[in-house]
Amino acid sequence: MTDPVRPVLQARGITKFFPGAIALADVDLTLMPGEVHALLGENGAGKSTLIKCLTGAYSRDGGTIRLDGRPIDPGSTEDSQRLGIGTVYQEVNLLPNLTVAENLFLGRQPRRWGLISRRRMAAEAEALLAGYGLKIDVREPLAAYSVAVQQVVAIARAAEMSGRVLILDEPTASLDAGEVELVFSVIRRLRARGLAIVFITHFLDQVFAICDRATVLRNGHVVGSRDLADATPRDIVHLMLGRQLETEMRLSHGGAAGPVLAEIEDLGRRGTLAPFSLSIREGEVIGLAGLLGAGRTETASLIFGAIQADQGRIRLGGRDLALRGPRDAIAAGIALCPEDRKADGIIGDLSVRENIILALQARQGWARPLSRGRAEEIAQGYLRALDIRAASLDMPIRLLSGGNQQKALLARWLATEPRLLILDEPTRGIDVGAHAEILHLIETLRAGGMALIVASSEMEELAAAASRVLVLRDRVQVAELEGRAITSENIVRAIADEEREVA
Amino acid sequence: MIRSTSLPLIVTLVTFVIAYALCASAYPAMLSSRVVANLLTDNAFLGIAAVGMTFVILSGGIDLSVGSVIAFTGVFLAVVLRDTSLHPLAAFALVLALTAGFGAAMGAVIHFLEMPAFIVTLAGMFLARGAAYVLSVDSVPITHEFCDWLQDIYWKAPSGGRFRLAGGVMVAVFLGAILVAHRTRFGQNVYAIGGGARTARLMGVPLARTTIGIYAISGGLSGLAGIVFALYTSAGYSLAAVGVELDAIAAVVIGGTLLTGGSGFVAGTFFGILIMGLIQTYIVFDGTLSSWWTKIVIGALLFTFILLQKGLTWATTIRRRPAAGSPTPS
Repeated sequence: MTDPVRPVLQARGITKFFPGAIALADVDLTLMPGEVHALLGENGAGKSTLIKCLTGAYSRDGGTIRLDGRPIDPGSTEDSQRLGIGTVYQEVNLLPNLTVAENLFLGRQPRRWGLISRRRMAAEAEALLAGYGLKIDVREPLAAYSVAVQQVVAIARAAEMSGRVLILDEPTASLDAGEVELVFSVIRRLRARGLAIVFITHFLDQVFAICDRATVLRNGHVVGSRDLADATPRDIVHLMLGRQLETEMRLSHGGAAGPVLAEIEDLGRRGTLAPFSLSIREGEVIGLAGLLGAGRTETASLIFGAIQADQGRIRLGGRDLALRGPRDAIAAGIALCPEDRKADGIIGDLSVRENIILALQARQGWARPLSRGRAEEIAQGYLRALDIRAASLDMPIRLLSGGNQQKALLARWLATEPRLLILDEPTRGIDVGAHAEILHLIETLRAGGMALIVASSEMEELAAAASRVLVLRDRVQVAELEGRAITSENIVRAIADEEREVA
Repeated sequence: MIRSTSLPLIVTLVTFVIAYALCASAYPAMLSSRVVANLLTDNAFLGIAAVGMTFVILSGGIDLSVGSVIAFTGVFLAVVLRDTSLHPLAAFALVLALTAGFGAAMGAVIHFLEMPAFIVTLAGMFLARGAAYVLSVDSVPITHEFCDWLQDIYWKAPSGGRFRLAGGVMVAVFLGAILVAHRTRFGQNVYAIGGGARTARLMGVPLARTTIGIYAISGGLSGLAGIVFALYTSAGYSLAAVGVELDAIAAVVIGGTLLTGGSGFVAGTFFGILIMGLIQTYIVFDGTLSSWWTKIVIGALLFTFILLQKGLTWATTIRRRPAAGSPTPS
C-alpha cells in the first residue's frame, strides 16, 4: 500500500464501556481502499463490539470515525449503510421465503407506473450477480440455494447498497472448502473495485489466503496490526494469545494414571468433525486445544452424544456405548459441562438447589423425585465442597456471579458421580480467583481417579492441568502432546500449523 | 417451469378443478352459469374478508376480529340508516373508515406493545361484537331504496346466471389485492415480515407502517365484507357472522398460504373460497346430506393441505440441509 492513497475509513480511539467493564479501550482501525483487512481475536476480545460501534448498532463512548476524511457518526445500521458501510453477518440476514431477486432489491425495487416491474428486477438481479460470477435463477426462493450462494447474495446486496466499506462477520463459518472459494472470489472482485473490506474469521488459513493486513484485538485492546505479506501464522497466534505465554505453571505431572476407562475409535460426523481416536485412563485429564471453531466443542458434544456421531464407537469400562443422546451418556456415567453457561447450562430462574440436582433428578426419572431433604443435603454438600458463594440455596441461580454459576454447574454434574467428566471452557468469563479454584478442583477430581476432558482456548490452563493435550485445527485432530511436551509454546506451534517447518 | 413456491397454488387449482369435475359428473346442472353466479354471490362477503386475512397470515399474524367486525358493520349500517337521514354511500364510507381505523389500532397495539396478534385481535373480536350489541340487540332490517337498487344490479349471462354486484366487488377486491401483494413495495414488505420480522427490519422494511397497514386492510375489508353481507341479508344483526374469521382462515390455508407466514398467493385464497363454496353447493344439490358434511369435508381438506405444506417445506429445506448436526434434545 503506497502512502499517497487515502484511507477509506479511519477509526481513532474507539472506546466502549459496558456496565462494569471496558469492552473497547482506545482502539484504532484504518482501512485502505482495495484492502481486505482481517480483524482477529479470541471470543470476547471485542471484535463484534468494534464492528457494532462502527456500524452504529452501539453508540460508542469515545473516539472518532472518519469516512473518506469526513467525520461520521452513524446512529443506526441503516445510517451507516446510507453512509457507505455495509455489513454481512455469519447467519445470513436475508429472507429465505423471498426470491433471490426480491432479496437483492427489497426496499428499492425498480418500478413502472408505481408498480414493481418484476421483469426488470429479475434482469437487473441476474446482471448484478453475473458481475460476481454467479449464474443462478433469481426467480427461485433464496431457501432453494446453498448457504454459500445465500452468503454471496447477502454480500452483493450489502455491497450494492453501501459501496465504500464492507464488513464481513464470519461469512465462511458454516461453509465447506469449495464454498469458501466461491465467497473468496466475490471478495476479490470487490477488492478490485476498490472497496475496503473487513474480514472476521477464526480460520487462520483463510486469513492468509485472502487478507492483506490483520489487526488483532485482545481484551478490548489492539495488540498489533501486521502486513500479512511479512507475517507468519505463528506471529498472529502469538498476538492473539500473547498473555498466556508469559506464565507457565504446572499442577499435575500426569500422576499415576489408572486402567483405561474409555476407548474412542474413529468417532466422527461428516461435516462436523473428522474421525478421531482416543483412549482415556482413569485419573487422566485430556486437554482439547485449538482456536475457536477448530472443533473443541464438537468433540465434547460427540462424546456426550449431544451431536450424533455417524461413524466410530465409544467403549466405556469395557462396554460398547450406543449413544442416542445425552440421556444415554448420563446413564453411562458421562457428564458434560457446556461452554455456553447461560444458554446450555444454568436455568436462570430456578433456584441454586434445583439447578444442582437437575441432572441427578433427570437420571432418576421424574417419576421418582428426590426428597426435599436429600436435595438439600446434596446441594449443601457441594456448596461447601466447592465453596459456592450463594446467600441461600433458594435464590435464583442467575443472581450468582459467573464463577459461582460455573461451580454450581460443576456440582450438578458431580452429583451424578460421573466416570468421565467433560468440561467445555470451564473458566470462560469468570474471575481470576474462581479460575484458580476450578483448576484446583480439576486436579482434585483427577487425583480421585476420575477421567476428565477439558476443552479450552487458554493454553496456560491446558498446560497447567492436562496430562495429554489433543490439538484440533479446522475440525481435524492434528497433534497430540504428552508430558513435558505440553507447553503453551508447543500448543501454539501445533495450532499455527508449522508442521512444514518441523518436518 | 413449475417453481416450488407456486406448487401450493397449483395444488389448490387442481383440487378445485377435480372437485368441480366430480360435482359436475354427479350433477351436470352444476356446470350452469346460474350455479357459478350464485357461488360468487353467496361467498362474496367471505371472499372479501379472506383477502384481508390473506395479508394478515402472509405477514405471520392472525386476525380473529373479522366475524365480529362484519356483524358490527351490519348493525351499524342498519341503525344509521334507520335513525338518521344519512345517505347509504356516506354510511358506507363512515363504516369503512371506522373498521379500517379499528384494524389500524389493533396493528399499532401489536407492533408497539409487541403483543401477539392472537391476543390483540381476540380482544378486538370481543370489542367489536360488544359494540354491535350496544347498538342493537335485535336484528334491524335495512330498507333503503338505494340499497334495494344496489341489490338489483346484475349482469345476466346468456345462459341465465345472474352475476350480481357483490360477486363483482369480490372479484375486484381480489384483483386489486393481487396487484398490491405482488407488485407494490408494501406487498413485498408483507412477505418480508412473514419471512422474519427481525431480518426484515435489518433489511430496512418499515415494520410499524407495514404492520399497521396490514391490520387496517384486514379491518377495512372486514368492513366491506360487512356491507356486502348486510345488503345480502338486508339486515344488521349482532349475532351474525359468528366464526367467519375461521372460515376465512380455512380458505386462506386451503388456498396454499403458509400459516407461519411469508409464502402464499392471494389468488390461492380465491380458489380456496370457491372450493369451500363448491362443497356447500354440492350438499345443497344432493339434498340428503346433512349440512354438517360441509364442515367435515372442509376439516379433512384443511388437514390434507396442512400436511401438504409441511411436506413441501420439508422438501425445500432437505435440499440444502446444513452439514453440522443439531444437538438432540436431552
